[in-house]
Amino acid sequence: MSQTALQLAYLASAVLFILGLRNLSSPRTAPTGNLLAAIGMLVAVVATLVSQGVVGWPVILAGVVVGGSIGAVLALRIEMTAMPQMVALLNGFGGAASALVASAELLDGMRAGIAPAGIVPTAIVLSTLIGAVTLTGSLIAFAKLQELMRGAPIVYPGQRFVNALLGLGAIGLCVAVALSPLELPPYAALVGLGLLLGVLLVIPIGGADMPVVISLLNSYSGLAACATGFVLGNSGLVISGSLVGASGIILTKIMCDAMNRSLGNVLFGAFGAVAEIGPGAAGEQRSVTGYTPEDAAVIFNASRTCIVVPGYGMAVAQAQHAVRELMDLLEARGVKVQFAIHPVAGRMPGHMNVLLAEADVPYDKLVEMDDINPQFPETDVSLVLGANDVVNPAARSDTSSPIYGMPILDVDRAQHVFVIKRSMNPGFAGIDNPLFYNDNTKMVFGDAKGTVLKITEALRST
Amino acid sequence: MLDDPAVALTVLVLSLFVGFEVIAKVPPLLHTPLMSGANAISGITIVGALLAAGSDQPTLSSWLGFVAIVVATINVVGGFLVTNRMLAMFRVKRGGQDES
Repeated sequence: MSQTALQLAYLASAVLFILGLRNLSSPRTAPTGNLLAAIGMLVAVVATLVSQGVVGWPVILAGVVVGGSIGAVLALRIEMTAMPQMVALLNGFGGAASALVASAELLDGMRAGIAPAGIVPTAIVLSTLIGAVTLTGSLIAFAKLQELMRGAPIVYPGQRFVNALLGLGAIGLCVAVALSPLELPPYAALVGLGLLLGVLLVIPIGGADMPVVISLLNSYSGLAACATGFVLGNSGLVISGSLVGASGIILTKIMCDAMNRSLGNVLFGAFGAVAEIGPGAAGEQRSVTGYTPEDAAVIFNASRTCIVVPGYGMAVAQAQHAVRELMDLLEARGVKVQFAIHPVAGRMPGHMNVLLAEADVPYDKLVEMDDINPQFPETDVSLVLGANDVVNPAARSDTSSPIYGMPILDVDRAQHVFVIKRSMNPGFAGIDNPLFYNDNTKMVFGDAKGTVLKITEALRST
Repeated sequence: MLDDPAVALTVLVLSLFVGFEVIAKVPPLLHTPLMSGANAISGITIVGALLAAGSDQPTLSSWLGFVAIVVATINVVGGFLVTNRMLAMFRVKRGGQDES
């Protein structure tokens, strides 16, 4: 295969990726889109193998078989609730692959004594640094999401200073390697520093901010592939990598906007590290209304419209199937049921949609924040299921609240609000939620899944 | 082909713009499959890994290439499969009534 044919094959695969992503604009065409993108990948791989006089077939075959088996087992066995962990892990692998390819290229140059020229040394250091940060950053995100380590931010005095210093060090090493690319020690130091930075940058970020971190790491994995494209002079990698980079950047922005926070604040703010108690909140005696599932069923029975607001708690309790059952029963009795999806509900963009789709909730019932908010005042019951900050009315009114200004779901404007919660323990971010003390709010204490099942049971017998 | 940095930069910038245009049209409903699918696409690095591993003598760099093939293939295969699995679940009408 000639160079021209190879380049045309890469062009074809890039076009297939773009068409694939474009088909993701609707759930109906999305499966086709995914298939097109997969075909694009196959075209790129086959064209490379055919054209490049590749000789190490046993090594390649072994690598593909091992990687393919691990990937397939992961993809087919992973629980839908664990999707954030899965994506975090895949981001990390993508970054690792790019850094490894860049390293291999540099080591080849060292062995042959031929220094890479032009833009290549710069691309090598960028690919290595971004790839290394992506790898360890993703592994920490994975460990936090999988609860192998605590989700709360890990902070220490002088943390930002240390990170800034290491960041400057990494930039310095990048310059050193780019200037004399045949020296191994500075390159090895750059790899080590990149790996360390990935860990240190993600440990101060709390579990509730994971949607931003995962989106950002997603973008990094694309940008690392893009840099590797510059290393190899391969347009296929540059185009595909920048598509992924763009995707991650857009998602990161959407997540930050949905929390009304800047990216800098999310990354370096260590949000939720300190329980912030508003003035007067501690001494004030406020009472909540506690309801049993049976009491709740009575209200549900008399309602005509219901909006369910799912959050991370639904994922933790695996309550999506129980909610679907409740929805079925309510609908059979003529109640209109919808789901209100906040952009940052859960631990990654779109997390709640996937869980509810898994439970066979038709996707036309999943309504975005801006479309559902005007409907709350005419709604009989809003059911808050494992969500907290995204329904906190303090974000609208209390300028002293740490989440002031964040767009929220206006659940409190419904006639009745049920909040299913384990206890009055303020959530993970330690932010007080005035919703719980409102007159129209009824707290139903208990595990999300068990409580929903009990409500459904009680409703069935009325 | 990308030996000229100006050409490479042109490709990069135009691709970023195409990416922004296309991705902005993906509804929040599908943001999780978008991430896993995009992830699979970033596994395109496998092309570079194949070249690195495919040299004729076992050197450190061909071993790095081997590891790169493994992780990139996990990314590609895992990413596309899990995306496919998720997308199959999004339906308007209730499916699978025959069960239970």
